[in-house]
Amino acid sequence: MSRQSTVRADNRKVSAELFVLTHGALVAQLVKDYESDEEVNKQLDKMGYNIGVRLVEDFLARSNVGRCHDFRETADVIAKLGFKMFLGISPVVTNWSAASDEFSLILDNNPMAEFAELPEGHEGLLFSNILCGVLRGALEMVQMEVDVWFVHDSLRGDETTEIRLKFIKKLEDALPAGED
Amino acid sequence: MTIYNIYIFDRNGTCLYYESWNRKKESNMSKEEEFKLMYGMLYSIKSFVARMSPSESKDGFLNYRTSKYKLHFYETPTGLKFILNTDLNAGSIKDVLFNIYSKIYVEYVVKNPLCQLNEPIQSELFTSKLDSYIRSLTIFN
Repeated sequence: MSRQSTVRADNRKVSAELFVLTHGALVAQLVKDYESDEEVNKQLDKMGYNIGVRLVEDFLARSNVGRCHDFRETADVIAKLGFKMFLGISPVVTNWSAASDEFSLILDNNPMAEFAELPEGHEGLLFSNILCGVLRGALEMVQMEVDVWFVHDSLRGDETTEIRLKFIKKLEDALPAGED
Repeated sequence: MTIYNIYIFDRNGTCLYYESWNRKKESNMSKEEEFKLMYGMLYSIKSFVARMSPSESKDGFLNYRTSKYKLHFYETPTGLKFILNTDLNAGSIKDVLFNIYSKIYVEYVVKNPLCQLNEPIQSELFTSKLDSYIRSLTIFN
């Protein structure tokens, strides 16, 4: 069983270009479908969220990591394992807030935006905003409510691409009916 | 040796899946009642174990045994709970429960966009894969 599944796991690796171009086509279609960049950003975030809540199960099943005990550990797992597994990059974790409830991920070369160029008049478009939704959805499934947003995006002329994560609160397990 | 039955609960206490193989005695209550009772007990045992433990434990509750059967428990960080009841000869079957999660639940439920994640599992593919996996185990018979 184990041998079979490793073979299959390898077969399932697809070229990053296929994924990146598909994502590009998705964004292009959304830009056509919606009036404003804000609305496109919102749709991308929503789609990302729906992906994230499923992706987290795949991640946990493949990496076998346990529960994180603090936000710093979470940051490490996201950057070193999560991004590595699904995008093949390891963003740098930096800019911790004093209370350790906020940090930034710096993506030196964002693979999602490899072939992208923002057209005139779409300065507000967050091309890779789907990533924010994925992170938010995945963390919500492990009982962490977080805010995720792009601070800088090299596509919009910034020096770096920076995603900021802010820990809001820990979500509690549901009580069984009739017990409190 | 034998395996009696399996329960899969989501983090809200919904029973996603139930299947029995060699269960000779049924509880005299409806399945819904039984699931609620089971989930309530697991919830209580989890908090009991966490509170009574004299030191920080990583795993928490793993299993319990009575004179007749043994209940094995595995919880993922996302709060999914896998419960397998076997006879007393089964050792630690943590890897079996993990395989059910990673090789069957993730593959045939999570990766199937038509399967809702917090509703009872309807997929026949999942049912048949799980059934053949359980029957292939050396502890099954």
